[in-house]
Amino acid sequence: MSARSERTGNPAGTFLGMPAFPQAAAGAVRDERLRANLRHATRTIRDKRARAVAELADWAELRTAGKAIKDHTLRHLDRYLVQLEENVTAAGGTVHWAADAEEANRIVAGLVRATGRTEVVKVKSMATQEIELNEALAAEGITAYETDLAELIVQLGEDRPSHILVPAIHRNRAEIREIFADRMASWGRPAPEGLTDSPAELAEAARLHLREKFLRAEVAVSGANFMVAETGTLVVVESEGNGRMCLTLPRTLISVVGIEKVVPTWRDLEVFLQLLPRSSTAERMNPYTSLWTGTTEGDGPSEFHLVLLDNGRTAALADRIGRQALRCIRCSACLNVCPVYERAGGHAYGSVYPGPIGAVLSPQLRGTASAVDASLPYASSLCGACYEVCPVAIDIPEVLVHLRERVVEQGGHPLERAAMAAAGFVLDHPAALTAAERLAGRTRALHPRRLPGPGRAWTDTRDLPEVPAEPFRDWWRRNRT
Amino acid sequence: MRVALFATCVNDALFPATAVATVRLLERLGVTVEFPAGQTCCGQPQYNTGYRRACEPLVRRTAKAFAGYDHVVTPSGSCVAMVRDNYPRIGARAAADGRGTELADLATGLVPRVVELTEFLTDVLGVEDVGAYFPHTVTYHPSCHGLRLLGLGERPRRLLGAVEGLELVELPGAEECCGFGGTFAVKNAAVSAAMAEDKLANALGTGARVLCGADNSCLLHLGGTLRRTGAPLRPLHLAEILASTEEHPWRPSA
Repeated sequence: MSARSERTGNPAGTFLGMPAFPQAAAGAVRDERLRANLRHATRTIRDKRARAVAELADWAELRTAGKAIKDHTLRHLDRYLVQLEENVTAAGGTVHWAADAEEANRIVAGLVRATGRTEVVKVKSMATQEIELNEALAAEGITAYETDLAELIVQLGEDRPSHILVPAIHRNRAEIREIFADRMASWGRPAPEGLTDSPAELAEAARLHLREKFLRAEVAVSGANFMVAETGTLVVVESEGNGRMCLTLPRTLISVVGIEKVVPTWRDLEVFLQLLPRSSTAERMNPYTSLWTGTTEGDGPSEFHLVLLDNGRTAALADRIGRQALRCIRCSACLNVCPVYERAGGHAYGSVYPGPIGAVLSPQLRGTASAVDASLPYASSLCGACYEVCPVAIDIPEVLVHLRERVVEQGGHPLERAAMAAAGFVLDHPAALTAAERLAGRTRALHPRRLPGPGRAWTDTRDLPEVPAEPFRDWWRRNRT
Repeated sequence: MRVALFATCVNDALFPATAVATVRLLERLGVTVEFPAGQTCCGQPQYNTGYRRACEPLVRRTAKAFAGYDHVVTPSGSCVAMVRDNYPRIGARAAADGRGTELADLATGLVPRVVELTEFLTDVLGVEDVGAYFPHTVTYHPSCHGLRLLGLGERPRRLLGAVEGLELVELPGAEECCGFGGTFAVKNAAVSAAMAEDKLANALGTGARVLCGADNSCLLHLGGTLRRTGAPLRPLHLAEILASTEEHPWRPSA
């Protein structure tokens, strides 16, 4: 059992059977080391992002353009996807359509089996995590090696990602050193003797371990940040260059991409290549931008497959308010600025998409039937910091409240419903409200400091307010009428 | 100019001193204030918890209670944001459901007239120095809805800065949420409490004796935590500071 799974009592590597957000978050809040790691990391990225964004005088216009391009594309998604398919096919690629995770996994496993190989190298990809591709491939006897540094840390630690951009953000250097020293040997090249926790040594250990994989790999699996419909070009942006190794060295490349990742033209792409790096890594430009169009003889993979993934996206698209979440470009700025994420950590969200965007994406992609999915729309104080930083202006608080309504409609919480109904009556009858206020005022000496039952959630850490001798409306009546 | 006070349910029931201070402040500035008795609650707790339909009677009630007033002044940023941002949404959804435009029309009529107290003082009355006297060290927590949804910006700080005797000290991490968030405070009590703890550590670190806010719901949460810990910091609504003068200085209410 990994350190992480001991914390939450859940099986490593999977999000199945996660407890509701409040329970998982309460555990994380008590974890001093986790809180310190997250506090340091999110605040560092948060401040850097603010500086990178402040450099551009036209940031607001870029943000508006990003939103408009995504909205236009989503409105005509059918058209752009077909155009993309035609152009990928014309360039020598093969396009597969996957309605859900199971179908996508079956397609990828079949493609890998057809190569006769049992190992694949992977570019960091949220879509393949969403469909739990690694687990599905393992069941077919195929080993998937994560090559992104943070994903490698997560994979070696039998852990789960807790951040979109920095999946091992919950780990500090000392923990990473320990994971490398203990686990690298069972996955391939062992960590060097006497490995310390200096960033340079840790990076070198990962470089040596991964290089062996790159040079041997015949099949790579990736996602993509964007797909340009007008030419059938896929785009991966990254910082490490490990993605580029995977995208160029193997013979076969399989890309699993959500259907919402298409953009119509290169001109549209330009907007996102400015919005994404500044929002995610706080860089003016990301170090590596890899672009490929089908296959090119004698250059890169000779076989290219694109698996277009729906997995709940069409259903989200049908929701007038919820669909804006599909504009997301996975920058993770909303995670870094979120006070709830900073304290609860990514694992509490029970999904590969944590933080504010996860709280609106997961319940739309997976539905609100499970305990964790029904609790996610409430995992926010609605402070609005996420909306403020979102480079494609997703009004996350608006979607959260909208999804809360969906949870309420499916039954909600009986006690809460009763309380809301009672409040609804009193608040629509001022005489009843006045009577209730006066009763509270007269009995105030009897009010307890701590409440039993559900009220404990308030009084565990907070006193109840002192009820005044008279409500304002009585003061008004006595003094101004 | 007919001006109505929208006291809000939280102030009416739990913080009458804030509503009284708002009345006294506005009257001192020459404004005649009325308190329409039909007002209750804007519906924010219901709306933000997912009970949109339960808000509809309150939209109707609030719009009717304040019909005919030029300005509806509210010492609560989050209640203003509820009306400004969500009343039109409630109206649009009702219309989209085929239930007519009544709610949308009520929202359209009400929204432009509802103003937060500091907006009313600086934008409508055009005053920054309201003639207040408050000889204490104060730090200001700009609640999220006032900060981000209303864009109050420097208005509250400028008003506080003009108060005689008041020393304003900057709150580190001021723009971070205090962790109240309505039902969030009980649905996610652990995270909410952790956020309050950090906010209060920042506030206490300033050495201020008064933690000022423009939203009593946040101060209810922070004040409850302060009282539990016995920390030497008093939460106080901005209106009560601005109402305080040399002749009638602020006093804790009974």
